[in-house]
Amino acid sequence: MRREKLRGLAPLTEPGSPEHLRIRQLRARDLLRGDLDDSELVEHAERSVLTTTFDKLLGWAASNSMFPLTFGLACCAIEMIAAVGSPRNDQARFGAEALRASPRQADFIILSGRVSIKMAPVVRRLYDQMLEPRWAISMGACSSSGGMFSNYAVVQGADKFMPIDIHIPGCPPRPEALFYGFNKLQRAIQGSPDQGWRRRYNAIGTEEWARDDVIAGQPSEASEAAYARARQAVATSAESTGPEGPGGPTQRGAGTH
Amino acid sequence: MPDAPGLELIAGELRDAHPNSVPGTYHEHGQACLIVDPEQILAVLTWLRDTPGQEYRFLSSVHGVDYLPATPRFGVHYELLNRDRMERIRVRAALADPGGDELPELDSCVGLFPTADFQEREVYDFFGIVFRGHPDLRRILMPEVYVGWPLRRDFPIGGEPVIFTHNEHQVPGWSQ
Repeated sequence: MRREKLRGLAPLTEPGSPEHLRIRQLRARDLLRGDLDDSELVEHAERSVLTTTFDKLLGWAASNSMFPLTFGLACCAIEMIAAVGSPRNDQARFGAEALRASPRQADFIILSGRVSIKMAPVVRRLYDQMLEPRWAISMGACSSSGGMFSNYAVVQGADKFMPIDIHIPGCPPRPEALFYGFNKLQRAIQGSPDQGWRRRYNAIGTEEWARDDVIAGQPSEASEAAYARARQAVATSAESTGPEGPGGPTQRGAGTH
Repeated sequence: MPDAPGLELIAGELRDAHPNSVPGTYHEHGQACLIVDPEQILAVLTWLRDTPGQEYRFLSSVHGVDYLPATPRFGVHYELLNRDRMERIRVRAALADPGGDELPELDSCVGLFPTADFQEREVYDFFGIVFRGHPDLRRILMPEVYVGWPLRRDFPIGGEPVIFTHNEHQVPGWSQ
């Protein structure tokens, strides 16, 4: 049986009508069969198809369906439960509400609390049991640096025994901070880490490496030059993007107040 | 809670029953305490538990103390309770530090009070006080491979120096 092309069908004059939808369906079918060619194919592709790389697609999908491990260490865990589980904060907005009870099914682990030296091997084993790709968020001061527990019993920073992707400061961090860190992790997974708060608050040039010599006394030429370069970079990026541009979120929302 | 004269009466009866067992007492903040010769700690605890009129049958806590630089250096406190009269009495075994790598030793009272099992393990874990005759003297809270007695006063606090911007230049290799 010979298949018939859709050349004779009416053009897409009335968007939203049932006929319009039917025609698009049939054209999609013809695209899959290989019946569309030349200008029809180009037109259909321009209307319907978005091209990207597989890595980006995979990163986009993975970062929006993250499964956290059901795991809590100390008081930060209470805050984490409030962030993940409660409808007020609702981590389901970011696709990370499905807590997995097994590390084999989890994508990332939130170290919520101080890690004692007796717990460290357990945490490490859980992390090792997770399947690649896997990520780890260190939530709060204690798991990032030992926090106030500078003593015999607590590991001074969880990155002494396992890789950590995101460190979230706070004691405990607010749920917003946890979500901000999680969004950072999502962006890192998508392969486009942004410049963070320095860019947002126009604070480029305030990095601590630029201030090393100021602490010791006079600023050195190297740090002055680094500071000048950073200010120049801010100025050019503000010019090139304009007030509504994507690179200038400082100006974003100026009209809403 | 025995008052100060009552405490002296108990101490006197103990000295009659076991000579030189109670070198001293003190009564502070309404709490009565017998300071006891560590060699006779079992005899004293048995007497306090079984003597009619005393009957402190409940051991509510065992804990260790490090009194460095005082001598004798260590103390093991037994908090006894009579639940009929709601009276508490504290027994302190004052232990000298044997020095070097030697650990101070004391008789275990697990035979008298089974609840002392875990608590004596905890005292051993943190102060390195060995309880003779304990059925299973291992570390209980710290990892079993841990070295040292972390709640002794001469144990280093541990941790790491916290680096702020005001002292980061004092930490070599930090900012470069």
